Formats: sequence, C-alpha cells, structure tokens
Amino acid sequence: MERRRILIVEDSPTMRQLLVFALRRLKHVELVEAQDGMDGLRKVSSDHFDLALIDINMPVMDGLKLISLMRGEESLKDIPIVVITTEGAQEDRDRALKLGANEYLTKPIQANRVLEVARGLLKIE
Amino acid sequence: MKDDRSNLFHRGEEFVNVLRRGAEFTKEVLQENERLRRRLAEVEEQQQSAARDPHEWAKLRVELLSRITRLEEENRTFRERLSEVEEENRRFADRYVEIEEENNNLANLYVASYQLHSTLDIDEVVKIVIEIVINLIGAEVFGIYLLDDRDQHLKVVAAEGVDRTVLPSCLLGSGELGRAVAAGETMCGDTTRSDDFSKPIVVIPLHVGKRPIGAIALYSLLQQKDGFSALDHELFNVLGGHAATALFASRLYSQSERKLNTIQGFLDLLAQ
Repeated sequence: MERRRILIVEDSPTMRQLLVFALRRLKHVELVEAQDGMDGLRKVSSDHFDLALIDINMPVMDGLKLISLMRGEESLKDIPIVVITTEGAQEDRDRALKLGANEYLTKPIQANRVLEVARGLLKIE
Repeated sequence: MKDDRSNLFHRGEEFVNVLRRGAEFTKEVLQENERLRRRLAEVEEQQQSAARDPHEWAKLRVELLSRITRLEEENRTFRERLSEVEEENRRFADRYVEIEEENNNLANLYVASYQLHSTLDIDEVVKIVIEIVINLIGAEVFGIYLLDDRDQHLKVVAAEGVDRTVLPSCLLGSGELGRAVAAGETMCGDTTRSDDFSKPIVVIPLHVGKRPIGAIALYSLLQQKDGFSALDHELFNVLGGHAATALFASRLYSQSERKLNTIQGFLDLLAQ
C-alpha cells in the first residue's frame, strides 16, 4: 500500500510529540515535523504531502500565513489542512477555514479526534 | 488408388465405431432410466404403504418429530452461541475502547514527563510546564509559583491568561495556596472560573521528596473543559512530582553554572 505523508507544523515540542503519538497509530503513514511556519513551508514545498496539521500561533511565520501561501501555490493548494487552535480563538479558526483549511482541532487535543480527522481527510480506515 | 481405398475403408470403420459407441450410450441411458423408474416405484410404494399402514405412518411421524426436535435443539444451541459471541464481541469492543483510552492517557503522561526532563534550562522547563497545563489539562488562566527559601513566600514566576503581576505572592502555610503547598496535597475544587486570585480552583503543590518548592495554581479552564477526568488527576500527580524535580534540578544547574563561572573567572584572574 502507498505510504501517506503527514506534515505536523507546531512550535510546541509537547504538542508535536502528542500529535506524533496519536498519528503513528495509522498504518502506512510517514510523519514529518516542522517547528514553525517557515520550516513547514520549506518542507511542504520540497516534498509531497497528503495532509498537513498546522498550529495557528507560531513564531517566525504563523499558521494563517502558511495556509494562505499554500492555498495560493498551484502545487500545494490541494493538500488537506487541519488547523490546531484553542477554543477561545474562534476568530483565528474562522479565518483559517476561510483561507482554505479543511478541518480544525481544539486544544487540549484528544488523540481519538486527531485520528478521526486524519482518517477522514486521508480517506483511510 | 490403393491409398484412396484404404482411406475410405478407415473412415468407414471410424463411422461404424461412432455408431457403436452411440448404441452403447443409448443402452446405458435406457438402463439408468429403468433403474430410476424402479426406485421411483419403490418410493411411491413405501409412501403408499406408510399411508395405508397406521403403524408405519406412526413410525415415520415419530421419526420426523424427533428429527424436528433435534433440529430445534440445534437451532437453540446455535442461537445461544450466537448471542454469547455477540455479547463477547460487545465486551471486546468496550475493552478495546477502554484500552485505547488508557493508551491515550499513558501517551499523554509519557509526553508530559518526557518533556519535563528534556532540558536543564529553567526557562525552558517553565515553558514546558505551561504547555502541559494548557495542552494536556486545558487550563486558561493559571500561575506557576516557586518558593523563596529566604522569606518562605510562594512567588509567581510565570502566568498564562493573566498578567503575572496580578497574581499575589503567598506565605507558605497561609491562604488556600500556601496551605495546600504546606500540606503537600493537591487541592481540587469545582471547575467554575475564579476571578479571586487568592482562591484558585486547583492547587498542585510541587514537592521534591517532602521539600516544598512551589505550586501550580489554576484559576479557570478552557471553555470546552467541563470537569476533571481521571487523566487530569494523574497529570496533577505527574506535575506535582516531575515538574517539581525538573524545576528544582534546572534551578540548581543554573546556580551551579553561575558559581562555576565565578570560580573560573577568579582562577583566571589568579593565573594572570
């Protein structure tokens, strides 16, 4: 079976590790981590990805900027995007969805919800 | 000419053989037909005699009834087995959900303790504690206090969701915060937001062994958080022990590094 590649763009090592723990339960999936928006953009531009999980608040380049750059780039515009926000950040979440994010996860994140969203967007069991 | 004749003869023989095989096959079919007719007649005869003879009929009836009973019994056994399997299946599904939840909880606890001990930089440790409290516990407003050994006051070193200057320092043993830290027991009230910063909703005392070193005080939770789960209480324990050790170790490390630098500077001065 073809391997699916997921990019996790998150500045918090704790959150990154939690997401990795949750997502590595999916079969035939390769996880790549990026520590800020710029790192994420570099990685997503240089390789193929089937899904990107992007935190909104990050140093160097925030998640909203990264989403808008990805959606404006022909080769990246179809990659499904999941944004990670806090419950209070309704405005950021709405902006992210308006910019083209497909789904959102709120903190504190639940591993089951992460898996459900990833499975849905990757169309896998 | 001779060859033509021989060929014709050969084909004639083949034709006769085909006819012979056809005749044999027809004979076999007729015999089989005859056998089946006889069998049919026997069965009809059996049925008629059973219908005529009440004894035979009763025998047949008993036989059939016993067969029906046996089949019904078998059916019941299968149904019982099926419901047992279904029940077992349900139990396994429930257990699977429980194990998955336990697995998630263990992953969260592992991540929390792993991150807490991943650095000796005190600022990094404080940042990690903040991340854990936000991302794993789901607190919105909280403060991290460290005990000042000189005046026995718990002083705020970091806060989230509120300006740290707003949070009051507190004497060890007094007030809700001070008492919880002195007793070394987690204080956990209801989840209603507290705007009175002298009355946190949760106090997690930070202890290294029996020595108090500080506390984490929560004042409000994120909107979607409506209560504390078993995992939250486990996280309180992990933070109470591991965050305390991590903060204590990183503070000692930075102090010893500072002292080392001073001594090194002094030695360098002597050597000149």
